[in-house]
Order: sequence, then C-alpha cells, then structure tokens
Amino acid sequence: MNIPDNLRYTKDHEWIKLLEDGVTAQVGITDFAQSELGDIVFVETKAVGTKVAAHGAFGTVEAVKTVADLFAPVAGEIVEVNGGLDDAAVVNSDPYGEGWIVKLKLDNVADVESLLSPAEYSALIGE
Amino acid sequence: MPFIVNSDAERAEMLAQIGVESFETLIADIPEEIRLKRALDLFPAMGEPEVKRLLEQMASNNAATCDHVSFLGAGAYDHYIPAAVKTISSRSEFYTAYTPYQAEVSQGTLQAIYEYQSVMCRLYGMDVANASMYDGASALAEAALMAVNITGRNGVVVAGKLHPYSRQVLETYLEAAGERAIVQNSIENGIGSVASLESLVTSEVAAVIVQQPNFYGCLEEVEAIAEIARKNGALFIVMADPVSLGVLEAPGNYGADIAVGEGQSVGNAQSFGGPYLGIFTVKQAHVRKIPGRLVGMTKDKDGEPGFILTLQTREQHIRREKATSNICSNQALCALQSVVHLSLLGREGIKEVASRSMQKAHYLADRIAGIPGFALKFSAPFFR
Repeated sequence: MNIPDNLRYTKDHEWIKLLEDGVTAQVGITDFAQSELGDIVFVETKAVGTKVAAHGAFGTVEAVKTVADLFAPVAGEIVEVNGGLDDAAVVNSDPYGEGWIVKLKLDNVADVESLLSPAEYSALIGE
Repeated sequence: MPFIVNSDAERAEMLAQIGVESFETLIADIPEEIRLKRALDLFPAMGEPEVKRLLEQMASNNAATCDHVSFLGAGAYDHYIPAAVKTISSRSEFYTAYTPYQAEVSQGTLQAIYEYQSVMCRLYGMDVANASMYDGASALAEAALMAVNITGRNGVVVAGKLHPYSRQVLETYLEAAGERAIVQNSIENGIGSVASLESLVTSEVAAVIVQQPNFYGCLEEVEAIAEIARKNGALFIVMADPVSLGVLEAPGNYGADIAVGEGQSVGNAQSFGGPYLGIFTVKQAHVRKIPGRLVGMTKDKDGEPGFILTLQTREQHIRREKATSNICSNQALCALQSVVHLSLLGREGIKEVASRSMQKAHYLADRIAGIPGFALKFSAPFFR
C-alpha cells in the first residue's frame, strides 16, 4: 500500500497535506481506502464556504455497491472542491495527487500534528 | 373461471417432491394450543355449477363500469384497455415472478421496466423515470420529501386545487418525516391564484406543488407558477394526468423539476381503488436523489447490451438511514401494463384518447349547462 511520507492520516483513511501558504490543507482518501471501495463512481461534498468540525462529515464517496462518508481530519472551512472529480475514477488511480477532494482553511494549523503519522497509519492498516 | 387442480394424488406428489411426510409436518411449528380443533364453519361442499352460480350472485351486487356508466372520475378513469395488454402481462414469466431484478436471470423484466421508464420520460418531457412507486399520491409525497432533501428547506406550498386524497398522503409523509408546514394557496374560479402565490413562496419553501389538470379538471396557470418557484429557488413539482399529456404540454417543457402522476388511466383497471401506479420522473440534475428502483442499460463483459438495476447507492440496502427513501419495491405488473398499453396506442393513439376524452367532457359540460337551473361552477379551461 502506498503511504506517502509527507502526509498525515486519520483512522477513517483520509490523508491531509498542509500547503505552502501554511493555513490551507488538501484532503483526500488513502490508497488503502480506494482499493477497499473498488471502482469509485461519484464524489459529493458540501459546498465551498461550509465550516466543518474535526471529524465532521463533509461529503460522501460512492462506489458501485457502497457509499462511505468523508470526515474532516481537522476543523476548518471548505475553500475549494476538486473540479476534476467529475471523472471520479481519478480517486482510484491517483488518490494522493489528482484525486484530492477538498481544500480546507484550517481553524488551527497545530491540529494536524495530532493526527496519525505514516508509520502509525501503516500499523493501523496492518502493514 | 380458472381450473386449479388439488387432488390427493397432486398433494402426495408435491409432498414427495419437497421431501415432507405429510401436510402436518409443514405446520408443526404452530403450537397445539392455538390450533382450531373443529372444521371451518362453511356451508356444505358444492359442485362446480352451484359454486359458479353462488359467486355470480355475490358479484352481481357490484356496480362495475362494464355495465354502468361512471362519472366519478377524480383520479380513476374508465379508459378502454386493449385485450393485448392482459394477454402480455398475464404471461407467467411476468405474472408469477417475485422480485425479478437479478440481472443474470431477469433481462426480460428489466428490459420491460426500462421501456416503461423511457415511455414515461417521453410522455412527461423529463430526463429520468424510476421503475414506479405505489401510486400517484405517494409518488407526490416522495417528490416533496426529495425536494426537502435537495434544497435543505422545510416548507411546501400547494399552488392549486390538489386531490384531497393526495393532500392527505402528502401530510402523512411530511409529518412522519418531521413537522413540515404545508401551505395551501387560495383557489379562485377553480384554479390557484397566481397573485396570492407570490407572497407564499419564500426562501424557506422547498417545493411548489401543482396538479394538472387539477382536482376540478381545470387547468392551472403552470408557467406562471413555475416562474414563481424558480425565482425563489424552490423546486417545481407537477402531478400530471398521463392521458392529459396526449394534448397538454409536458411538464418537463414548462419547468417541472419533478413530475409525478397516477398511471391507472393508462392500461390499469380501476379495481375499486388499486393496485395503482406511481409515475415518478425528474430532470437529470436530480437523478442521484430520486427514490425507488432505477433500471439502466449497460454492456456485459462481452460488450453486448444488457439491463441492470443502477444507482443502487441511493437505496436503503446500501445507504440505510441516509437512503433517498425507504421504498424498496415498485409496481412492476402495473408498470408493464402501462408500457404495453402506451406502446399499442403510440404517439398518435394517446393524442386521440386524450382528444376524445376532452371533447366528451366538454360536450357533457355544455349539455348540462344548457339544462335550466344548471350552470358550470368555474369558467377556467378544463380537460376532464
């Protein structure tokens, strides 16, 4: 399983990457998550401007036979939604790159530090 | 009457086939203390001619449209149903199959439903139709819930004269889903007043509902109503008589977001109130919020066209309490009868049924109005 070193992870199999501006972060689902879900056909998120609490649901990702909720890794405001998700399969093929889902303006940048490290996430999925 | 065998020999054969000793084995789980310990209180056994005569006597107490002219109307209509409809829908492959939706073994059923969906899209001028709901009234109620779900708003406005039974079902569904206000617009001269509607459709309103033709058979001012809904970000729900669409404009062409209807009048018997058929259609933008089953067309692994249930992630067996609805059924047989009926009529046929029906209604109205002491209650244009 691909678990990039420069990201933080959640127990719900999301990843988060702090961006260069230091206040915004990109969020998506992990390689493990996309492989468990199978072919992803649709991603739906709350609108730009919505404020989400840590672990609050901000959308859903749909595979043919299942739907999974997306949970915000930390509290923040949705500032951008990936327009490339019209081709939802990109979440399967490039979950950490083109398959990113939302960008959040973080309420508290330090919150990211309390999330799982790559090593901790790897242990979580039993690798 | 049909002949159904039930001889001792057949019973023995059935028991042997399923590997059971006797009939008593099949009811062994029913406790001894609650079993009836006497014969049923029936009159003595009769021969076939006597049974036939008795049942005919009982049936003659009914007044049916085969020997009475009915002007009851109000949502259930006596249109002629060609014999071919019954012949096709009575085929045991259609008639006896229970929940035949597994794609590997039910291509015939799935295709028939797909054709039904396609026909309803054409008739209503919409992009997507589901595999049907229980009846027109519950289809309307589900449409209102769908609008609440899509807009995130709570209010529902009934813009015109809705059938009182539809109104009751709407109230029941909305109440069960949490207190939601239904506001009734005022009715003037038999139709909803567009002027008074303006102030009722606020930014808290999820849906504006209209029945076309309305409960009085009168034509509501649907374009003006559609515009009021659109301006305020509410969804426009139209409940339309399918036969009327042979002459009236299709709801999809005058701004309906969701169009529903009662399918009894196209190919289904009046049957003292049911089973009926809930037609449910939407614009493409709302396809993921639609309730009920959806049949889709796809390609199998050899690239051949085939039919399947699709977008099942809307439904409760996957999304559970977040499903778009708790319905997990449809009216397959009634839908089949509708699509056979409409296929036989074709575009020209449905036009002719609608025209004749409308002309007869107007003829009747003129003749009654011509009787001293009688006058038409409303001057609004009407269909039925």
